Amino acid sequence: MAPLLEIKDLKVSFDTDDGVVHAVDGVSWSIEPGKTLGIVGESGSGKTVGGLSLLGLTRSARTEISGEAIFDGRNLLDLSDEELRSVRGGPISMIFQDPLSSLHPYFRVGSQIVEAIQAHQKLSDAEARDRAIELLGLVGIPDPALRVDSWPHEFSGGMRQRAMIAMALANEPKLLIADEPTTALDVTVQAQVLDLLDRLRNELGMAMVIITHDLGVVAQTADEIAVMYAGRLVERASAEELFSAPQHPYTWGLLRSIPRLDSPPGEPLIPIDGRPPSLINRPTGCAFAPRCPYAGPSCLVEPPALTPAGGVDHSAACVLDVSARAKAWKALAAGGGPDDAKGILGVES
Amino acid sequence: MARYIARRLLWVAVLLFLVSLVTFVIFYVFPTADPAQLRAGRHASPAQVEQIRHRMGLDKPLLVQFGNYLRDIFTKGDFGYSYVNEQPVKELILARVPATISVAVGASILWLFFGVLVGVISAVRRRSKLDRTAMGLALVGISAPEYWLGLVALYLFADDIGLIPLFGSANSYVPITSDPFQWFNSLILPWSVLAISFAAFYSRLLRGNLLEVMGEDYIRTARAKGLTERRVVLKHGLRSALTPIVTVFGMDLGLLLGGAVLIEVVFNIPGVGRQAYDAILRADLPMIQGTVLLGAFFIIFANLVVDIVYAFLDPRVRYE
Ligand SMILES: Nc1ncnc2c1ncn2[C@@H]1O[C@H](COP(=O)(O)OP(=O)(O)OP(=O)(O)O)[C@@H](O)[C@H]1O
Ligand SMILES: [Mg+2]
Repeated sequence: MAPLLEIKDLKVSFDTDDGVVHAVDGVSWSIEPGKTLGIVGESGSGKTVGGLSLLGLTRSARTEISGEAIFDGRNLLDLSDEELRSVRGGPISMIFQDPLSSLHPYFRVGSQIVEAIQAHQKLSDAEARDRAIELLGLVGIPDPALRVDSWPHEFSGGMRQRAMIAMALANEPKLLIADEPTTALDVTVQAQVLDLLDRLRNELGMAMVIITHDLGVVAQTADEIAVMYAGRLVERASAEELFSAPQHPYTWGLLRSIPRLDSPPGEPLIPIDGRPPSLINRPTGCAFAPRCPYAGPSCLVEPPALTPAGGVDHSAACVLDVSARAKAWKALAAGGGPDDAKGILGVES
Repeated sequence: MARYIARRLLWVAVLLFLVSLVTFVIFYVFPTADPAQLRAGRHASPAQVEQIRHRMGLDKPLLVQFGNYLRDIFTKGDFGYSYVNEQPVKELILARVPATISVAVGASILWLFFGVLVGVISAVRRRSKLDRTAMGLALVGISAPEYWLGLVALYLFADDIGLIPLFGSANSYVPITSDPFQWFNSLILPWSVLAISFAAFYSRLLRGNLLEVMGEDYIRTARAKGLTERRVVLKHGLRSALTPIVTVFGMDLGLLLGGAVLIEVVFNIPGVGRQAYDAILRADLPMIQGTVLLGAFFIIFANLVVDIVYAFLDPRVRYE
């Protein structure tokens, strides 16, 4: 199927007083209609900037954006501000991490949704209001006809995120970008919101990009997962494949640092040591090398490109041998430590 | 809300009582002159001065004088009589209020308009030449003393002594009821001078507020909805950036309604500020008391109004 949105070599850098921040550094991915893509990575890896840049929300005199983002036959990165405006909240909409601060505190919830509707459709105030009530009902707000006149502060965090979703759905988008939609919510509410998003995606036939730092969030919903590290993609695979046969040491780290349903009780969670590199002075080689237990001299030469890694449409950016990596993960998944994996990968401990 | 207002109104009364007590005491401890002596004239004998002092009630103990003053206010609505011309204070002051209101209200409209306009433009065009120039000028406007600006304005534009005689001069004020055109013309310079310092301050304040607000998450939401940038700034941004300014504006207006002393003196406008100034020079205690109370009333009342208005502007604020 033809992709709905195809990103090629997206780069976004900010000129700051401390130097040029390469927040997104050559990212490519695509998504087909009706599918869900999970973009996973640590804080600061450029997930949000990537999403915002597609909609032109990082444009400024001090921002440099390059690459392609083909949507409906047009390159979003080339559109004028005015053309992009009709895309935002229309065919592509976005919801954000913190629902507490994402709604304007001085306007009623309903009026903020009405505004989103009227930005793209010629509806009377009464019609738009009816539509807002319908949307609030759709996202599971009880008594929507009453709640439409509530103030944001009268909503709980989960309800506010639902209201944000209602706003994002106002104009029947083909693509919804959800940037950490559940991070700020309680665990039980997180699951509800994720279910809701998945149900709506299915009912409305839209595609969805879920941005998260938590692999667990996209485990159930995503068809495909892209793992980001320091502004680049380090691995791409179907969700199934990514969980069963991950190929990048960073992904291994992520997987070993989250609790899983199938992990034996009492198995320790292993955080990834160290911190992400500076985005101003990037390491010359693989950006993950300084934290990678398996890094050798060959990792420090140049940033590795995404190359095919085993399964269908599976690629990873790592210079280590593909089949050795597959074996190493099997050892790790079987409960082995990094030293076992090192032996398999041929790196001396 | 009603209970809250009632409680606040009670406070207004208490504060006004304290203000008048303090004024009374200050006047006694640091008199600007001896009212009896002034009244008696330069050639009066000490006996005559004492006689006048007795007639004015100034020989009674301080507390008795203060008690009598309060009693007259509460029983007769009588604020005493001017030592200078024995006219009732209330009438004298009420006669001056329209001029002060004219000055304050006209200037506040001007400074609010220009302050907000310049603030928004500067924020939207941040770091541009326009922004730098406007904010530089604003800094000058804030630092320039009002009376100095007033004198400069008169020497430049007043239609008697000005280099470019355009607008009404000092002393040309007439009530709006007698000649609206001359009223307006006479107030152009005082309005402008007053508005310059305030607008300068407001524009910087608004610029700062707006820049801060434009970084908020809900502004990103507004943009992500596909609103025009104009709407994002003027509706979502300005709504938040203006709210704190309402507080400042209410207080400033309250302060000015009590008399814009410097402006009224420089432009010789017969307002309450000018009246207070004269009363102090003449040690006219009842007039000083009256004008101070009026000023205090406006300030305290403005405070109350601001708090109530704020509850309407910010739905998260609820008083109980
Ligand atoms: N406007 C900007 N100017 C300069 N640097 C920026 C700007 N916006 C983002 N950055 C930087 O770009 C990098 C990527 O930020 P981004 O918000 O995309 O991270 P993220 O992956 O979404 O992380 P998180 O999980 O914390 O949301 C960060 O180092 C951030 O400091
Ligand atoms: Mg983010």
